[in-house]
Amino acid sequence: MAVKKISKVQPEKFEFNKKNKDTADSIIKNYPSGKQQSSVMALLYLAQKQNDNWIPLSAMKYIAKYLDMPYIKVYEVATFYSMYNLTPVGKYFFQVCTTTPCMLRGAYNLVDVCKRKISEEENRLSDDGKTSWLEVECLGACVNAPMLQLNEDYYEDLDPTKLEQIIDKINNDEVPQPGSYRGRLSSEPENTRKTLIGNKNA
Amino acid sequence: MLEDKDRIFKNLYNDFGADLTSAKQRGDWKDTKEICGKGREWIINEIKASELRGRGGAGFPTGLKWSFAPKEVGSRPHYLVINADESEPGTCKDRDILRFEPHKLIEGCLIASYAVNAHKCYIYIRGEYFNEGQKLQTAIDESYKDGLIGKNSAGTDWELDIYIHYGAGAYICGEETALLESIEGKKGQPRLKPPFPALIGLYGCPTIINNVETISVVPTILRRGGKWFSSLGRPKNTGSKIYCISGNVNNPCNVEEEMGIPLKELIEKHAGGVIGGWDNLKAVIPGGSSMPLLPKETCETIKMDFDACVENKTGLGTAGIVVINKDQDIIKCMARIARFYKHESCGQCTPCREGSGWMWRMLERMAKGEATRDEVDMLLDVTKQIEGHTICAFGEGSSWPVQGLIRNFKDEIIERNKFDPVVKKQKDIPYLVDQHLLEKENA
Repeated sequence: MAVKKISKVQPEKFEFNKKNKDTADSIIKNYPSGKQQSSVMALLYLAQKQNDNWIPLSAMKYIAKYLDMPYIKVYEVATFYSMYNLTPVGKYFFQVCTTTPCMLRGAYNLVDVCKRKISEEENRLSDDGKTSWLEVECLGACVNAPMLQLNEDYYEDLDPTKLEQIIDKINNDEVPQPGSYRGRLSSEPENTRKTLIGNKNA
Repeated sequence: MLEDKDRIFKNLYNDFGADLTSAKQRGDWKDTKEICGKGREWIINEIKASELRGRGGAGFPTGLKWSFAPKEVGSRPHYLVINADESEPGTCKDRDILRFEPHKLIEGCLIASYAVNAHKCYIYIRGEYFNEGQKLQTAIDESYKDGLIGKNSAGTDWELDIYIHYGAGAYICGEETALLESIEGKKGQPRLKPPFPALIGLYGCPTIINNVETISVVPTILRRGGKWFSSLGRPKNTGSKIYCISGNVNNPCNVEEEMGIPLKELIEKHAGGVIGGWDNLKAVIPGGSSMPLLPKETCETIKMDFDACVENKTGLGTAGIVVINKDQDIIKCMARIARFYKHESCGQCTPCREGSGWMWRMLERMAKGEATRDEVDMLLDVTKQIEGHTICAFGEGSSWPVQGLIRNFKDEIIERNKFDPVVKKQKDIPYLVDQHLLEKENA
């Protein structure tokens, strides 16, 4: 479960780099004039990406000024949504879905692997400081269960052995291929497709 | 069974690719101009005639919803908002539409925007679907380039801009008013209704909110006629629907099928049957985790559409079917769902904020056999106090699965939790004594 605790170690200053500044300005233009507050979620996400996958308080203050809105409103948003990390997480951040549809297909076996290979507790960095893991709620890929999210990519149809291989690769700084690990390209039934048969032969 | 020619999502399994050229070959964007040329009234009436019901869970008639939008644009602009915040456990249909059929969605956005007088359309995608959102963005860029949306969208003389807004991992933002709050850059906490979003929605302007699947089927309905769509299924439950079958089945899959297909056919034929055979089936959650589960006897006969599910004291919801077999501990499964709701409650209304935690903790104890017999009724009482006492439908969503469990598997819970409360055992207690102290004495 995501812990909404503010990190004790906080960098003093935060500022968007040039590229993110341009992106932020173009996002603000998506909303009517005077409604720039709407882009706060996107800007927080940008800040998180820029700052090694977590949001410091200085970034919230910076965004509040950037969007001309009260700091507390930014703080509210950052603490409400579970995808904003308020404490440092690993460069490779594993989020294992353990809600019922995944649990039925053995998601807790994946959690055991994470406990063994990454760190004993969730939200704690591994010994080399590169990876961390977290149990999360439904990620919306129930047909490809059990699955996990590694940074922005989905790794589907997993089992403990395959996850171990993925973690081994990550430890060697290789990013493994995302997607299904049983060779599925979509959410079609394996081998036994009963619909859209004409498509396949076309 | 639905024939392949009647399936709307021909690229559900990504056989052809999601780009504009192949989408056009499948018939998307073919005569959008002519459809819009027939006028708003015609579009709304045709959707009404098709009896299309919203695919996001509540099943509200789409044509009716569109007709709630003010006919003339006043001082406030109209908005169209697409709900792609798919987070209901068991459901992953919108993801495939975003990935593989984005042009159906974009074309639907154009037609719907035209019908409700909106020049701006926001698509709210859950933050975890970042890659899916990028694919949709590619499709939007293609459409702008091809002149299908923008100043003179597809030659209809209608100006439309489509923007993607990413969520950040809050289930509650799938509730329409919470979604609007989220787009406005606030915490996703639902608003009181009325006023309904059709009159006062995004930025206080009239707003129509639809699910991805609902909007994506609109172009095909208008092309083939509302009559064709309503000829599938049965009255009030028409058309086709993407079913997601997950859990303990041999081949979990998404499949587009006719409304009202028997549940048994879906599981046995499309999903390769229950693991361990049909006799190993314990229960099925028919419509995403919010809907009460069905025992095996009902699964034999039930047809999957809105009304048939209601008759069986459950709901079609989003048609996310979760199959649970006898190898699983049903109480534990439900306790995990209760934990999901405890985690996702937005915290605005007290019954839901506190009650969802109570339900989770009680169910966890029941799963371990540590609860007392009376607590089963107490749990039911808690669910009744949440249901109907909250601003949004989350209260119902969190209490219905627990009610379903108690309704169908009460014996099993009681068998595991046989104990009488300690207070009851010692009959000579003249007044109520703190139970914990008594437990200590016994130990």
